[in-house]
Amino acid sequence: MIVEIGHYALVLALALTLFQATVPLWGAIKRDSALVALGPYAAIAQLLLIGISFAALTHAYLGSDFSVANVYQNSHTLKPLIYKWSGVWGNHEGSMLLWVLILALFGAGVAIFSRNLPDDILGATLAVQAMIAAAFLAFLLFASNPFLRLAPAPFEGRDLNPILQDPGLAIHPPLLYLGYVGYSIVFSFAAGALIVGRIDAAFARMLRPWNLVAWITLTLGIAMGSYWAYYELGWGGYWFWDPVENASLMPWLTGTALLHSAIVMEKREALKIWTILLAIITFSLSLLGTFLVRSGVLTSVHAFAVDPERGLFILIILIAFIGGSFTLFALRARAMESGGLFAPVSREGALVLNNLFLAVASLAVLVGTLYPLALEGVTGQKISVGPPFFNLTVVPLMLPLFVAIPFGQRLAWKRGDLLGVTQRMGLAIGLSFIATLIAAYYIGRGPALAIVAIGLGIFILLASLDEIRERAMRGGTSGALRRLIGLPRTFVATALAHAGVGIMVIGIAFTAFEKEAILSMKPGESVKLGEYTLTLRGIAPYTGPNYTSTVARFSVHDGTREVAELRPAKRVYIGRQMPTSEVGRHRVGFSEVYVAIGETSDGAHVDLRAYWKPFVTLIWLGPALMALAGLLSLTDRRLRVGAPRVAARRPERLEPAE
Amino acid sequence: MSRLSRRVLVFGALALSGAAYAVQPGEQLKDPEQEARARKLSAELRCLVCQNQSIDDSDAELARDLRRLVRERISAGDSDSTIRQFLVARYGEFVLLRPPFSASTALLWSLPALALIGGIFAARSLFGRPAEAVATPEAAPLAESEKEALEALLDKRDRA
Repeated sequence: MIVEIGHYALVLALALTLFQATVPLWGAIKRDSALVALGPYAAIAQLLLIGISFAALTHAYLGSDFSVANVYQNSHTLKPLIYKWSGVWGNHEGSMLLWVLILALFGAGVAIFSRNLPDDILGATLAVQAMIAAAFLAFLLFASNPFLRLAPAPFEGRDLNPILQDPGLAIHPPLLYLGYVGYSIVFSFAAGALIVGRIDAAFARMLRPWNLVAWITLTLGIAMGSYWAYYELGWGGYWFWDPVENASLMPWLTGTALLHSAIVMEKREALKIWTILLAIITFSLSLLGTFLVRSGVLTSVHAFAVDPERGLFILIILIAFIGGSFTLFALRARAMESGGLFAPVSREGALVLNNLFLAVASLAVLVGTLYPLALEGVTGQKISVGPPFFNLTVVPLMLPLFVAIPFGQRLAWKRGDLLGVTQRMGLAIGLSFIATLIAAYYIGRGPALAIVAIGLGIFILLASLDEIRERAMRGGTSGALRRLIGLPRTFVATALAHAGVGIMVIGIAFTAFEKEAILSMKPGESVKLGEYTLTLRGIAPYTGPNYTSTVARFSVHDGTREVAELRPAKRVYIGRQMPTSEVGRHRVGFSEVYVAIGETSDGAHVDLRAYWKPFVTLIWLGPALMALAGLLSLTDRRLRVGAPRVAARRPERLEPAE
Repeated sequence: MSRLSRRVLVFGALALSGAAYAVQPGEQLKDPEQEARARKLSAELRCLVCQNQSIDDSDAELARDLRRLVRERISAGDSDSTIRQFLVARYGEFVLLRPPFSASTALLWSLPALALIGGIFAARSLFGRPAEAVATPEAAPLAESEKEALEALLDKRDRA
């Protein structure tokens, strides 16, 4: 019964989105505020209906209702509770339901928080958001229905894919989707503004909080996925240039560019056309990502749906929205006047540089991901485009961008003074030079380029933090603390986010100095990893709730004493008879000792891979800081959600006048 | 979907499902330099039955065979490019994760660079001098007739 209620709620939601996609739009065009006023109610009701639907499916999972085909295929009575929850979105149908739930969440968010939005923009934005929702609700109901019943109901379920049975995977997809789908509202704002023909600085201000929310969650989602791959897949890598990773990286790159270009639009009324285009492109890339993942066109670790019919459905949605928005864009592009001019060396110039490199990097990822498909389609020739291609194209594009960060954030608007900025960074440059020399001394021999990269990371980190210090100290040490607290949060957020980039660069650069040991060991034997010694103590079987495993016990010595005991294991899940690896990790500061075991031969030897990974956690702490900075920026009173008019009356903050 | 890609999917799923194990203890070469070469080379060779994994990362049978093959050839004294050519002759360019530059991959390799150059040119149109910084254009030198007229005027003033 509850399942049927959920199913019915989904059908009602589809009907409601059709209403929301037309009536407020008509109101926006005809300037009828009574019609527009219906939009927010529809958006909130839509969230409630999809919420009911999602709750119904969750209920079926928690109660292991195997009469629902989706639950039967992806759950098991023995599965721990947390994975019964996460099982709801650990499959194609459920994840698409989560997709539309988040879509509705953002629509309702705009409805609730944007009371100060102009009527016409509000109506058009909610209508566009409802069009997207209608398309995906139709896809759910007609091609991926999670509520289909099985008769007779099977006795036991087939279990969730074991590699997805991990706490990281319980939160990774919702975060990633919040970001991915969050860009839908950015898209809807852009399309709405194009429809009503109002594209100005106020628009950039309206867009910013939503853009930030999407960016924060996408950043966390990608970092989370990378961390999951690191400890779950068992070979200690953090980024594989897997097509599905690429699918999330592309909107992140353009979304980051959008975050920066919108600042220029807001402050200087320049880059309008480009900002609107980026808003459209970012969500288009999210849709493309959904298509690549959901259609099974590129099968990889993440693709758990392989069905050409579904692929075709999403492809049609993709073409309709991308084609439609670009047509709208082409019609309106002439109406957008470009704003103030600026010199190449200026804050605007630095932001343009940022956009150029981020956009080209995104293009490189796009080309690399789709080229083999296109080539095979056109000539039948099969080639592979793998990590070496992306490392050769994207990494060189990122480096100049990283170097430019500390300079860019200090340059004045309109016309900057590069020499003066460099002089102001003297302290940061000097300190990072010394820190790099010390690091190089401790590392000893190693690839020089990696040491340069470590230096670059330290420089970005110190120069960003130094900017906060400099601002607080301006006017003497007395009252510095008061000034520090009083600094605009957006300013502090920018510096912290950039510091996060520096931290991540340091973490990535240090991977060049990891130590690896691949060997077969007997209990009692040891292996040296950097300054640590790993000793195998024993091997034993262990039975978990829904798996059996072989656990190896290792002790970690730091030369003087035992510092940790690690228990890496190899598990076989009962439901699917699938082996997975549970790695053992010992954290020392930001670094880790990492052990994964493989085959146990003749009951006495165990194959293993062990690593010393210096500063590896910085790879994820950097993005975490970026996301935190985004959150801080969101709380800035000037940008409080839905208060653009109040903010507009405030005098503009004065910029430093060098 | 072709039969081959179906097979790739099935094998790929199998290969990925496991605790991915990749290089195993017994496979390694004694000489650390040769082993390092083998690892580097393997990381750029595709495990043909997997999705987007190098033979260095993959647990599949085929990847293991290819890893052994690479190490055998290295021990036999072959250069990296000879080994690559040998594998391409056997499996086609599909085996290379770094596609070589050729007529069919020219676009792939050049597009990012072309986009960067195009972007730089497009960005140039944004740049101008900020209004307050625009200097008055250099005055053109006076023509002969103008100079005479000016002289005449100055003379007149001096005389006055």
